[in-house]
Amino acid sequence: MKALEVSGLKKSFGGVVAVDNISFSVEHLSIIGPNGAGKTTLLKTITGIIKPLKGTIEFEGVSIEGLKPERIVKHGITMVPEGRRVFPHLSVKENLELGAYAINNSRLEAELFDLVLSTFPRLGERIKQLAGTLSGGEQQMLAIGRALMGNPKLLLLDEPSMGLSPIVTKEIFSLIDSINREKGISMILVEQNAHIATEHSHITFVLENGRIVLTGTSAEMKNNPRVIEAYLGV
Amino acid sequence: MAANFALKELKTKTAAVLYDVGNDYSKGLAEFFKSTLEKGKGNALGYTMVYGVLRLINFAYGDIFMIGAFIGRYLISYFSLPMHAVFLIAMISTALVGYGIEKIAYKPLRGAPKISLLITAVGVSLFLECFLSLNALFTPNYIAFKRPFEIISYDFSLFTITNIQLIIFVITFSSLFLLYILIYKTKHGKAMRAVSYDRELSSLMGINIDWIISFTFIVGGAFAGLGGVLYGIAYPQINVFMGIMPGIKSFIAAVLGGIGIIHGAVIGGLLIGISEVFVSAFLSSTFRDGLIFIILFIVLLLKPGGIFGKWIEKV
Ligand SMILES: Nc1ncnc2c1ncn2[C@@H]1O[C@H](COP(=O)(O)OP(=O)(O)OP(=O)(O)O)[C@@H](O)[C@H]1O
Ligand SMILES: [Mg+2]
Repeated sequence: MKALEVSGLKKSFGGVVAVDNISFSVEHLSIIGPNGAGKTTLLKTITGIIKPLKGTIEFEGVSIEGLKPERIVKHGITMVPEGRRVFPHLSVKENLELGAYAINNSRLEAELFDLVLSTFPRLGERIKQLAGTLSGGEQQMLAIGRALMGNPKLLLLDEPSMGLSPIVTKEIFSLIDSINREKGISMILVEQNAHIATEHSHITFVLENGRIVLTGTSAEMKNNPRVIEAYLGV
Repeated sequence: MAANFALKELKTKTAAVLYDVGNDYSKGLAEFFKSTLEKGKGNALGYTMVYGVLRLINFAYGDIFMIGAFIGRYLISYFSLPMHAVFLIAMISTALVGYGIEKIAYKPLRGAPKISLLITAVGVSLFLECFLSLNALFTPNYIAFKRPFEIISYDFSLFTITNIQLIIFVITFSSLFLLYILIYKTKHGKAMRAVSYDRELSSLMGINIDWIISFTFIVGGAFAGLGGVLYGIAYPQINVFMGIMPGIKSFIAAVLGGIGIIHGAVIGGLLIGISEVFVSAFLSSTFRDGLIFIILFIVLLLKPGGIFGKWIEKV
């Protein structure tokens, strides 16, 4: 059984159907699609920020749809939200501690803290600094580190490369890969950049107008003519 | 000195001191300091906290302060409880009032536009004042607050200080210290600061937003109640509308210091107190209450973040 099973998920805002009858299961998934395709809405529905209209979400065999976000976090699902959202007026350390808010185990928290700092040494150098004063790339590292502090079994990443230079993007993704290798965390990666998406996942699907229009292994999708035309560009 | 401690006399006295010692700076400052301490700084503290977390100007705050004063008064006159029990029970009661107000009036509006919250806050405040002024309840009259102890004043060569001023001083600074610890050193405090910036993001951290908001109202209510009892001890005349001016003043104190910043609220309160004493002394005490609004305008024009406010842009 896969960790996350989504079936028949639907969400609309007024007349706009953002997510339409979506089903999938997750191991190592990436989602690509144009602006407004419903990618963020899908992730927000999984984390409980948005309540689905229809459909079910099961995590490790337990139904989680309709739960509040703070309950879903406790099941081991954490998210790196779109747009580098950190708490700017809190220090780097406090941001990381908030990531472990739901963990009531100081030993585990200390281990995770060490793991995050060894993964992102730059955060260690800036541990007392206010998060709002970090560079964009550093803030993204902080947002990822914060999500790891929740000891996730499933990590949701919403466009982690947005607005970052190619070098920083590469750096961040090699870190994400090594985290995956070492901790075996399942992941859903939402990306505009189809190169990155197919490179760092096993399965890729294309979302358009709230529907899954294409799906396959990432290696297949990289060579799929429609994906090449629409998302890989020439 | 068993003199009446009415606000006016205090001001005259302070003003007299000011004129007498004209250039004796240290003495003047000591006087300012103690007279400003009597304004129930606890109130500004709670205010800045509730505003900090909710971005809501809780107009009912001054009314919780008033309820605290009345509860303190009843506990003293009817049950002759010792002072620490009076403080404790009054604080617990006003904490519950704060919690109740949030549950009944604000929680149903979670996610509603700011203006709806503001209007509700005004409504809650008016409701409490009018409802509690029923004759069966607190009545609309001024009621004497029986001070449970005599005023003793201690003479130092530089200044004199009364036991009441000492009590207020000690309680204000210990409250300040406790709030500081709560907000900057505890897990709850961290959650409060997170919620104040971004609720959705906070909930993704596993923070129970509803509880943090309730908790803020509970703590804010407790400190308002504490302020109310202190007020009753300092100025032994209370009535249902007594919370209005202190409410506005503590809000302005909080804005002046930088809203949401604990030491900002205290410094802001001190500055307002000092300016009031100056205005009463050198101009006229009728300008006193107008002054704070002038201060508010100036702050909002020149430094809307307040003295200690760092305005961080949302990314
Ligand atoms: N809270 C909301 N209220 C109304 N409409 C919304 C809301 N959130 C999303 N939508 C709409 O739902 C659709 C999907 O939005 P979503 O944010 O999921 O897109 P996306 O795939 O993440 O796009 P992008 O790549 O630009 O981030 C859009 O048409 C958007 O306008
Ligand atoms: Mg999006």
